[in-house]
Amino acid sequence: MSGVDTTAKLVRMINQIVRNLLHDKDPVGAVAGHVHAFWSPRMVQQLRAHGSDGLDPVAIAALERLGQDHGHAAG
Amino acid sequence: MGYEPQADFGTPAVTAQTRVSLLIDGRAISVPTGTTVMRAAALAGGSIPKLCATDTLKQFGSCRLCLVEIDGMRGTPASCTTLASEGMVVHTQTSRLEKLRRGVMELYISDHPLDCLTCSANNDCELQDTAAQVGLRDVRYGYQGDNHLGAAPDQSNPYFDFDPSKCIVCSRCVRACDEVQGTFALTIAGRGFESKVSAGVASDDFFSSECVSCGACVAACPTATLNEKAVTAIGKPERAVITTCAYCGVGCTFRAEMRGEQVVRMVPWKDGKANRGHSCVKGRFAWGYARHQDRITTPMIRNAITEPWREVSWDEAISFAASEFKRIAAQHGNNALGGIVSSRCTNEEGFLVQKLVRAGFGTNNVDTCARVCHSPTGYGLKNTFGTSAGTQDFDSVEACDVMLVIGANPTDGHPVFASRMKRRLRQGAKLIVIDPRRTDIVRSPHIEADYHLALRPGTNVAVLTALAHVIVTEGLVDEAFVRDRCDQDEFRDWAEFVADARHSPEFLAPVIGVAAQDLRGAARLFATGGNGAIYYGLGVTEHSQGSSTVMAIANLAMATGNIGRRGVGVNPLRGQNNVQGACDMGSFPHELSGYRHVSDPAARALFEAEWGVPIDPEPGLRIPNMLDAATDGLFKGIYIQGEDILQSDPDTRHVAAGLAAMECVIVQDLFLNETANYAHVFLPGSTFLEKSGTFTNAERRIQMVRKVMEPLNGFEDWQVTQALARAMGLDWNYTHAREIMDEIARLTPTFAGVSFARLDAEGSLQWPVNAAFPDGAPIMHVDGFVRGKGKFVVTDYVPTDERTGPRYPLLLTTGRILSQYNVGAQTRRTENARWHLEDVLEIHPSDAENRGLRDGDWVRLASRAGETTLRAQITDRVAPGVVYTTFHHPTTQANVVTTDNSDWATNCPEYKVTAVQVTPSNGPSQWQLDYDAQSDAARRITATAAE
Repeated sequence: MSGVDTTAKLVRMINQIVRNLLHDKDPVGAVAGHVHAFWSPRMVQQLRAHGSDGLDPVAIAALERLGQDHGHAAG
Repeated sequence: MGYEPQADFGTPAVTAQTRVSLLIDGRAISVPTGTTVMRAAALAGGSIPKLCATDTLKQFGSCRLCLVEIDGMRGTPASCTTLASEGMVVHTQTSRLEKLRRGVMELYISDHPLDCLTCSANNDCELQDTAAQVGLRDVRYGYQGDNHLGAAPDQSNPYFDFDPSKCIVCSRCVRACDEVQGTFALTIAGRGFESKVSAGVASDDFFSSECVSCGACVAACPTATLNEKAVTAIGKPERAVITTCAYCGVGCTFRAEMRGEQVVRMVPWKDGKANRGHSCVKGRFAWGYARHQDRITTPMIRNAITEPWREVSWDEAISFAASEFKRIAAQHGNNALGGIVSSRCTNEEGFLVQKLVRAGFGTNNVDTCARVCHSPTGYGLKNTFGTSAGTQDFDSVEACDVMLVIGANPTDGHPVFASRMKRRLRQGAKLIVIDPRRTDIVRSPHIEADYHLALRPGTNVAVLTALAHVIVTEGLVDEAFVRDRCDQDEFRDWAEFVADARHSPEFLAPVIGVAAQDLRGAARLFATGGNGAIYYGLGVTEHSQGSSTVMAIANLAMATGNIGRRGVGVNPLRGQNNVQGACDMGSFPHELSGYRHVSDPAARALFEAEWGVPIDPEPGLRIPNMLDAATDGLFKGIYIQGEDILQSDPDTRHVAAGLAAMECVIVQDLFLNETANYAHVFLPGSTFLEKSGTFTNAERRIQMVRKVMEPLNGFEDWQVTQALARAMGLDWNYTHAREIMDEIARLTPTFAGVSFARLDAEGSLQWPVNAAFPDGAPIMHVDGFVRGKGKFVVTDYVPTDERTGPRYPLLLTTGRILSQYNVGAQTRRTENARWHLEDVLEIHPSDAENRGLRDGDWVRLASRAGETTLRAQITDRVAPGVVYTTFHHPTTQANVVTTDNSDWATNCPEYKVTAVQVTPSNGPSQWQLDYDAQSDAARRITATAAE
């Protein structure tokens, strides 16, 4: 094994997305839309299973919005 | 077709609004104003003898063979330097001319070896042809006078010889080096009888000189003075086939000149619209890998990567692969499978791989190596302009007034287009280079960048924002363009953002590492210097903010009104030959061909109707996500066509771990590449010489790849994919690659009008080719953006997480070199290796001195991801604090050092910024030693009789 913590990587990735979409008029919607468009459901599920530890508040809100807008199962 | 040399009209074509009519040997002809008499005569079907003239070079008027008589003019003017004029009456065949020409020819032949029958250029020699054309029968001066017949040949170049005894000093080679290539490596040394062609200074030979082996001089030579070694060894070609180069995104077209099944030479095709008759050392000469002894042409399988390979029949290999994938799907689900297709593959191959993954594996887990190079281009340009592609054709550079080159090294990465850029720069266009390194285009013969902004790696967005700040705050915005063409609200938000004082050059200069006045000067030049064109490469995309940088570039182009006409635009210089095509073909996990998202029901319905299977509406895994899923035990099988992710992708140890965790890795390639060390099935691939298809270059130009020899493995690559698909249960029955293109055209609106028949007839087409653009679109967004209004996107500078510190105080950036290509699998197996035997680490003298390093010392290059060793090259080409290396050699393992940081939007790896330490070393790293041992073991082959 490479020793890579893939969940930690997902946390880093979504926080990075947040930092780059903060200037959008609706950052939460923008992050949710981006994840919906480019992440596989399995990655979203893995991040949801991880919980909110280390996640930017916008990312947490985006994951919630993702479930509401796009039907990704919560939790 | 049979073998005919390319037509030569003597002098270049001219374009003019007006025409003149004249009479040549009684034949009436009308030509554009400015056309020479020589060219007019050729267009009229005649042929005036010539030696120093050729239509790839400006007229020279030296050989005096092309003399003509013109009514009303005194003497016998040279037709190559005399312009046709209205009513002119020209005579090209008179007894006076015949006598003059024969006299000139006598002088040439009196100092030329009479070895035609054994000469490598026999029957393919302009001197020989011209002697016959003028009817030379005798040389009255004899052959005993002073001559050059004893001059020693220079055989130092691996691809061509220089035999000065055969030189007629016509200067075509020197002029080709100057005018076409722009290297100025050749000159005529001496005067009068002592005149001779010289490469570099007196002590140089061709190999040690500045010559870049582009072959322009060889193509221009009218004798055997400069001739390919392959022609000497094999003989004159018997037939020629037009095809497209498989190196880089320029997409040069060549005549593959063949003798039987053997390539004799690749000669740049003058009618090629991407290369306009030019070439580089890779496309021109580095095709020998096709018959290299390392080629694997028999399929192989094994149950575990610890076992040696076992050669098997195609049937057994395909059956084994399909049964393994079916087993994995049954045990772990469809999403445990995926595929990767290389940008080296044709459009048709790429399309079939993604079709196999979507329709056969039942998942969207498909990706292309564009992931690791230009995926941010697709994201950024689609967001801002509406189309994931560059806006211009290459010809557009001829109307450019200011070139902004950012994160690209065109003289090494895209050398043929770089020659055209340099030509325009020599004509007076201005140049701004934004690059941490002093690349060759910054300063080369007759060219010097007006601004070289040697930024700190990772600060592209800060630089572009600072430039935008100047343009907005100094009133340099093209208000009319923005008002007419762009969304006003988004523009205002962006303008307000960039105008903030924290985005001024003065505020950002310490972050960027470039003086504020240089940032301001560059911004003013770009905004006010006329047609401004932005050319960029992987130095833009391979960053944590690669997508933001692409959008910042688009913002800059829109703000200055530099979109929608010749001479301007946003021009991504694509790394590999078919990066554009791979992206177009639906090779990304979230998109079907033509950039339609998989969640789009209408798009899916189209494919579902054609393919007869449902398409997953959710995005699949990207390459790094597949590897992560593999190490998590969730991703078990992968089909990799033409890509060597173990060498090319970042964080090698993680890639190796991901591959090792899979239960079935299928590699389809020419050679047992590094990735194949972890493979269970090896399916031999075919080279671009052995198959039919299309590539799409950086200007969206779709061009034919034509089979010039039979595949050594027995099958074209699309046929292998089809065999695998059939074994997986899909009823595919393509009989030729053209049928795949027909399907692409049916399913992809931007390709609706593309077919092999049209490409054969028209040479090339630039997409979109459809009802709106029936003949394609050389320049996009002419009357409006594809998305409607151009979208300004606020791109805030977010520093990368990759920071220097006490443990890793230097920043590593990586790139490529002229003679090598990507992971080097092809070029390392050619004589190109002589120019670049190993990857070296460029380090600034001050950083080297601090570490006690001397030029050529072994050094240990370490990052938080891993470490490797290589030799140091001390140079001020890099700034203090920055080191640079290439990734062409697997023994170097540069990507052991690069990290898993990536672009926020696309996961394109951050190859260009890695915090490292450099220390003296006395040998290979433990990783290198372990890897070598593992690699040797993994490549063992147990020969068994194949059916």
